[in-house]
Amino acid sequence: MSVFSAIGEEREIDRDEFTPGIEPQATWCPGCGDFGVLKALKQAMPEIGRTPDETLLVTGIGCSGKLSSYFESYGFHSIHGRSLPVARAAKLANPGLEVIAAGGDGDGYGIGGNHFMHTARENHDMTYIVFNNEIFGLTKGQTSPTSPKGHKSKTQPHGSAKDPVRPMSLSLASGSSYIARTAAVNPNQAKEILIEAMEHDGFAHVDFLTQCPTWNKDAKQYVPYTDVQDDDEFDFDVTDRREAADAMYEAESRLHEGEVLTGRFYVDSDRPSYGEEKRATDEMPDDPLAERYLDEDSEWERSADLLHHHR
Amino acid sequence: MTELMWRIAGGSGDGIDSTSQNFAKALMRAGLDVFTHRHYPSRIRGGHTYVEVRADEDPVRSRGDGFNFLLALGDSFARNPQEGSDTVYGNEEIKPLSENLDDLNEGGVIVYDEGLLDEETLERADIDLEAMAEENDWHVYPLDLRGLAREHGREVMRNTAGVGATAALLDMDLQHIEALMEDAMTGEVLEANLDILERAHESVNEEYEFTHDLRTPTGDHDEQQVLMSGSNAVAYGAIDEGCRFISGYPMTPWTDVFTILSQHLPKFGGIAEQVEDEIAAASLAVGASHAGVKAMSGSSGGGFALMSEPLGLAEMTETPIVLIEAMRAGPSTGMPTKPEQADLEHILYTSQGDSCRIVFAPANVRECYDQTRAAFRLAYEYQLPAIVIIDQKLSGEMRNADESFFDREPNADPGSVLTEEEIREAAHHESGKFKRYQHDTENGASPRAIPGQKDGRFLASGNEHTPEGHISESPTNRVAQMDRRMSKLDSIRAELDDGDSSHQTHYGPEDAEYGLLVWGSQQDTVFEAVDQLNEAGESVKALGVSDLMPYPEDEVSAFLESVESCLVVEMNASAQFRGLTQKELGRFGPKLNSLLKYNGEAFEPSEVVEGFERIVSRDAAIPEGTKFVPAAGD
Repeated sequence: MSVFSAIGEEREIDRDEFTPGIEPQATWCPGCGDFGVLKALKQAMPEIGRTPDETLLVTGIGCSGKLSSYFESYGFHSIHGRSLPVARAAKLANPGLEVIAAGGDGDGYGIGGNHFMHTARENHDMTYIVFNNEIFGLTKGQTSPTSPKGHKSKTQPHGSAKDPVRPMSLSLASGSSYIARTAAVNPNQAKEILIEAMEHDGFAHVDFLTQCPTWNKDAKQYVPYTDVQDDDEFDFDVTDRREAADAMYEAESRLHEGEVLTGRFYVDSDRPSYGEEKRATDEMPDDPLAERYLDEDSEWERSADLLHHHR
Repeated sequence: MTELMWRIAGGSGDGIDSTSQNFAKALMRAGLDVFTHRHYPSRIRGGHTYVEVRADEDPVRSRGDGFNFLLALGDSFARNPQEGSDTVYGNEEIKPLSENLDDLNEGGVIVYDEGLLDEETLERADIDLEAMAEENDWHVYPLDLRGLAREHGREVMRNTAGVGATAALLDMDLQHIEALMEDAMTGEVLEANLDILERAHESVNEEYEFTHDLRTPTGDHDEQQVLMSGSNAVAYGAIDEGCRFISGYPMTPWTDVFTILSQHLPKFGGIAEQVEDEIAAASLAVGASHAGVKAMSGSSGGGFALMSEPLGLAEMTETPIVLIEAMRAGPSTGMPTKPEQADLEHILYTSQGDSCRIVFAPANVRECYDQTRAAFRLAYEYQLPAIVIIDQKLSGEMRNADESFFDREPNADPGSVLTEEEIREAAHHESGKFKRYQHDTENGASPRAIPGQKDGRFLASGNEHTPEGHISESPTNRVAQMDRRMSKLDSIRAELDDGDSSHQTHYGPEDAEYGLLVWGSQQDTVFEAVDQLNEAGESVKALGVSDLMPYPEDEVSAFLESVESCLVVEMNASAQFRGLTQKELGRFGPKLNSLLKYNGEAFEPSEVVEGFERIVSRDAAIPEGTKFVPAAGD
């Protein structure tokens, strides 16, 4: 028997399995977009055939970080901006796990920006969901890295003089191999995109637009939306970097003009994931490293093999 | 017979390091105990650098006091290639000679490369070597090592010529040096080097009448020896304790450990990751450990500062990790290539909240191996971070030891991890959630599940949490969780006191009147001073402390009870270890005096001897470059 018998278990999976049977009740505000992410994620899991026991959800902190409390799986509720380094090491340690990282726009594009860039560059096989509501929610409404220029808040009373981060363009430049944007107000598309992202073999970045009805009074900005795949105006090849870059730039510009464009923007299915690259150069074992510790039969070499260099 | 204290000096990049390593190894193979000490600037090419190799038939504990043989190669990078090969920048070129004369003992031997350091250079630097030699009874041998190397190979082989000359002057057999060269090189390069080695050896023997008495001591080893640095030993201890994941970012002097493990772990089926910064590095170790792998990271002061976040996260989520902190002089970037023991308080208390971690500070190469293993074992058994403190001195110094000491059984046991069968029988919430953080445990550690195990689901949270892992601000739960986590340190202390893994070292006569208290890398130097003091008629013993958290209260208390007065020796300006001792023991203030050094150099035994005199005789002067802080109330 495998030491991780939950991994690869084949059976019917019910979305209710991903609902924790215990407290706490979600502390998100009524009407919060975060509910949409949770719902879409729960709907996507049975479709990709993964059970709660073989899934590891790593979150940052803030409202988005609470996702791991309301989603039933193995969870790691880490610290602001650090979900990615925790998640990617877990994936390297045990590639059999379905690893999902999630955080907010401040978490992912601000404090964790450096990790975002490098995790994308390495193309770890995992899914990264960024709850993008263009505001700091749990600290009570400060300007975030994605807040539009001119946005007024208690910390930027005269309006932000900064251009907002362009998450998808940044992601493409950094090396993500799957990039999509979806919105909480669009549950069917969100579910489809999360399924694709999780099935994608490489770093899948989903910029998930979530309205904040409490702190971002423009919360309704994400309705209505246009799916770029369904719109003839956006007839671009998602596998072509240049065309994808143009489409992203367009979508990111128009968001600040009040038009919400969502859909998949870039898909590179050919690029090997980081794990594959490392295994190909013998920098990583073929079998999951974590298994060896629980397998009583594994043999452990000792450093004595290196001592002859020191004689 | 007098012991050999050989110093090779040159510019960074002149091959001083590799030459000295080979020389030390040759002496070890010849049956001697050896100890090396590295001095180098934060500069890659050029600048004054030296390595000292001390060798004796008896055990060698430290670099010793001064040295008795100088091989001054000159700094080849001091020449300005733009203006022709003979133009030098200021007095840089002479530094390998001029900068080393202060510590050269009376009766010492000097070999310098006349090919680079000619009369004109000496004059320009205002060095009257002849007068100095007469005054100090030095024996000076100017040799054209550069010319000899050019003639029989290439100029860079000056080192080899220097070693050949050294061997001749010390009446040393060339066989071990030649064998080491044959291991390291092949073809023309090897032949040229062997040729130069022999020519230099011959020409010194033929052309010079030796005026000095110093010769290579002779010795014998019962067992196969290995020569190893503190960084090597830390890395090997980690491998043997089942560490198969390392993540890091380069920073001197931590880079040594990081490099060694990056090179070896993949060969042992492990994973090495060089990442974007130290926050990521420690966070990766947390992630790998959470997923079931024994993981390690580390840095030096500045990088460790960035790790304070993931360190606290590991404490709160009870994720075992091992971190190495290789200290250098601070604050901030401080002096990158100089040792100091001033990060102690930073390591003990960094990160928000109450600290609950293991902190070890090994004394020497053997303890580096031992305590790294103990750090992993305890971290994984008790589910908390363990930090092993080394410093620039210990990370780079090389010592010999019996090979069998390092040839031990591996232990890959992940500690308090449950099997799936055990998980099924363990406590679960009625909803099916595994009680990962249950309150009532025997030793403070509640056994854990690893993601992927059936029915072991839990949430690891950096927020305070319930037994199931859910975020909670309940006062009752908070106290139960805090008390359980903090109780781990008591359990660990009890385990260390009970077993043979406590690493405090007692040195000197048990009934001695005075005490020396020391921690980390300075221990062996102080023990050498204890010998010197007792030989001079004093009554002194020492306690070297290597476990810092949990603190070995009983052992240190008993030691301090038994002495009249004590001198605490450490490399920092604010007496941090003395402060820790007073905090942990709550008394002994009037007994503890401090001898502090923070000029970028480690202690030498004679400085400890002189500093000690101050606690016996209040009039005694303390050595230059140190500070004396009297006992509380004095």
